[in-house]
Amino acid sequence: MATPAAVAVRGEPAGPRPRSGRNVELALVLCAVAIAVFGYIEVGVNIDDKVPPDAAEYGAALGGLALIAHGVIRWRARYADPLLLPIAVLLNGIGLVVIYRLDRATPSSHAAPTQLLWSTLGVALCVAVIVLLRDHRVLQRYAYSAAFAALVLLVVPIFFPAVYGSRIWITIGPFSIQPGEFAKILLVIFFAAYLSAHRDALALTGRRIWRFTLPPGRVLGPVLLVWAAFIGVLVLETDLGMSLLYFGIFVVMLYVATAKSSWIAIGLLLAAAGVVVVGWLSPHVHARVDQWLHPLASVAAGQGANQIAQSLFAFAAGGVLGTGLGLGHSILIGFAAKSDFILATIGEELGLVGMVALFLLYLLLVSRGYRAGIALRDPFGRLLAIGLATVIGLQVFVVAGGVLDLIPLTGATLPFIAQGGSSVVTNWIIVALLVRLSDLARRPVPEGEHP
Amino acid sequence: MTRKSRGGGPQGRPGMSTTGRRAGLFCLVLILLLAAQATRIQVFQAKGYDNNPANQRKAIQRYSQPRGNILVGGNPVTGSAATGGRFDYKRTYTDGPDYAAVTGFSSQIYGNTQLEGIEDGLLSGTDNRLSSWAVWNEITRKQNPGGDVYTTINPAAQQAAMRGLGSQKGAVAAIEPSTGRILALASTPSYDPGSFAGSSTADQNAWTKLQADTDQPMLNRALRQTYPPGSTFKVVTAAAALANGVVTDINAPTSTPYPYVLPGTTTTLVNDSSACNQPNIDLDTAMTLSCNTVMGNLGVQTGLDKMVAMAQNFGFNDPKLDIPVRAARSNFDTTMDQAQVALSSIGQFDTAATPLVMAMVAAGVADNGTVMYPQLVDKLTKSDGSTVQLMKPQVYKQAMSPSVAGQVQQLMTDVVQNGTGTNARIPGAVVGGKTGTAQHGVDNSGTPYAWFISWAKPTGSSGVPPVAVAVVIADSNATDVTGGTLAAPIAKSVMQAVLGGQS
Repeated sequence: MATPAAVAVRGEPAGPRPRSGRNVELALVLCAVAIAVFGYIEVGVNIDDKVPPDAAEYGAALGGLALIAHGVIRWRARYADPLLLPIAVLLNGIGLVVIYRLDRATPSSHAAPTQLLWSTLGVALCVAVIVLLRDHRVLQRYAYSAAFAALVLLVVPIFFPAVYGSRIWITIGPFSIQPGEFAKILLVIFFAAYLSAHRDALALTGRRIWRFTLPPGRVLGPVLLVWAAFIGVLVLETDLGMSLLYFGIFVVMLYVATAKSSWIAIGLLLAAAGVVVVGWLSPHVHARVDQWLHPLASVAAGQGANQIAQSLFAFAAGGVLGTGLGLGHSILIGFAAKSDFILATIGEELGLVGMVALFLLYLLLVSRGYRAGIALRDPFGRLLAIGLATVIGLQVFVVAGGVLDLIPLTGATLPFIAQGGSSVVTNWIIVALLVRLSDLARRPVPEGEHP
Repeated sequence: MTRKSRGGGPQGRPGMSTTGRRAGLFCLVLILLLAAQATRIQVFQAKGYDNNPANQRKAIQRYSQPRGNILVGGNPVTGSAATGGRFDYKRTYTDGPDYAAVTGFSSQIYGNTQLEGIEDGLLSGTDNRLSSWAVWNEITRKQNPGGDVYTTINPAAQQAAMRGLGSQKGAVAAIEPSTGRILALASTPSYDPGSFAGSSTADQNAWTKLQADTDQPMLNRALRQTYPPGSTFKVVTAAAALANGVVTDINAPTSTPYPYVLPGTTTTLVNDSSACNQPNIDLDTAMTLSCNTVMGNLGVQTGLDKMVAMAQNFGFNDPKLDIPVRAARSNFDTTMDQAQVALSSIGQFDTAATPLVMAMVAAGVADNGTVMYPQLVDKLTKSDGSTVQLMKPQVYKQAMSPSVAGQVQQLMTDVVQNGTGTNARIPGAVVGGKTGTAQHGVDNSGTPYAWFISWAKPTGSSGVPPVAVAVVIADSNATDVTGGTLAAPIAKSVMQAVLGGQS
């Protein structure tokens, strides 16, 4: 390694040890915690005219979690992208604030303490992944195991009772988890491993039909099989948000791996066919499409506002600057206000300004994932990073697009923010993997290996 | 970065750096779409959603603080009570039925009417005039406490009116002639606006019951209902005849034949009093005895246009008489043949008036011919008492010259002294009045409307009488239904209430 002095003097790109960015990360993490604590206090002041008595404890809990994660990154992933952890902490903190705020409007149910517990588990798993997984390429070996595990996770809820029309929950006593959330990561690992191994075969061989080249069945088969199994299971469970998400990840990763835009065309065709068939078979989906096209129809029919209409009312009430935390009425949305519709509360109380800030945070997180992917040299790592980033990006679009009436509503959680243990834990694991991947991507190349 | 990934892949395919970037761009586009949609809803469509009837936010905000009050004689007749529901407060009324015709109602479910409706912005705190710095309030979305509405109502007069009307169906409007301030506005049967102010089942039942009541307790008969004014309209006819020189001396004989046949017909006009059944009765006697023949004939001689003009001086045919609550349009037809003019001149045919407009007739005469714009609101204030708006007396029309008005005053005084209005006499006061008993219904089968319009001032006072009043009884159990027996005593008690408060 070059000596620090030489770097200072010459400043040439060849030898310098890149800045790790750990101090930047620390500063940003502290800012994120401060913003969340400030939000928590604002809720208390706006609702009770006083600072919540547990604000210090809450700040200490979030700050403690963030600092532990930061310490572990400093120790085991010192070149990791310094923006990943602060963004995750900020999003998780905002989520806790908004859930706490909604708790205040629903005296009978308190979700924020549980969410903090799940966040703690999420950070613990994040730390575990960073410590235990020294090189992401290990995961490549478990591609088929991952696919199998994902399938099992998705099938299991079929044997549990449906909740709000969807069989996506495993309920044991007071705990309920959504295994489909974890399956996302496993699926991305499988796709990344499989596609990185077979990308040339997928792109170059096969029969040509009109302008499209279809790859040989033995290469495409396993992928389509796994994909079809997923979609089938999801249609059975009527969790359309997840189906759309998996499908999107699949198409994006296939395109990134093979560079064949025909995949996008085929993907869109399949998607359209799927939507038509499912929309035809399932009255649930049919109703969703109707509501998307005519969100105010129920008002005109004299039946009051449906959830989408209530959500739009909430966004409109927020306007540009928002009402301020604790001063909105998004609880009128009714059930799922803390989970699927939590964005409406953000829109109402933080306004368009808050919404755009939130979207930019997600965009930054996604772009950092892509950045790590593009900087990595091994195809598996690249696809893994891009796949994980896409999971977040697509999920944000599917959820936010649904509540904003941009696309039909599909139940899914806003990453890090919505109430839901499985979701928070999964997203922390995704961040852990991105931290690991970006650490490798940014790590200085040892002498002699540099091209 | 390795060369392999940066450059093209095999066979010229773009490498994963390129496709990755494109996929990243796709994610960027998705997020931008979200931001665009959020902007569309939160900026461009926000107003529409805010005003959607199914959106409860405005109602929640409206009821999140106590509503400002409506005051009568400096004391609130309204209040607010904490409910503990989604809507924090609801409206209460201290003497609901007594003041319902003044206040209207403010209901969480059924909206706001009359003063509660017209001044809703001020009462609910949304009126911009309540904020010291409107722009800053807009930014902070601070909600102003509701302001107060001070009415011109005289509580003693109002209570006298309500007591006088009692269980009968009718209305009273009393005006201070020199200013147009409304001193009493009463309508019976009345209702309690507090009974459906909230949103509970009991509130809804109360509302349903009121709506179904065939006696229409929620109809404001003083402002919103017109009745044929009958003989009380003869005051307008007399004023028109005097103002236009058809009669110059109220004691000189008029050239009215008896029997009087309606022009162009073979129908003779009938008098209620046999004393009227002779030709050439003078105007003073005609008014005192309420002779239809003389007044019908004078109306025809004055002519349609001049009769219309005089009627309109008092508020007839005005579709936008806002006090600030809008009164129903009182009618005097503008195209009629002479027979119809004759009938209209005695307050029949299509002539119809609200008690408010008939009070304006009495007030205009009392105020020496100047008709003031009637007003129910004295001033609007913020919750701290500082004035937002102070109402000033406004001239509505100069109906006639003071000398003509003096002659009409004499006619009205004689009615109370020697004629049909003796029941309105007040010791120690000069009272002028006119009775009316209007037939209506098929073949005049309905119970006649009993009218009385009047004004009064203390004996010896040279000023403008402090009170003018119109009373109508639309339905009563009494056997002798005439304005003099039924309506005059109520007018008397209202005038006494005002005069008593003056001394």
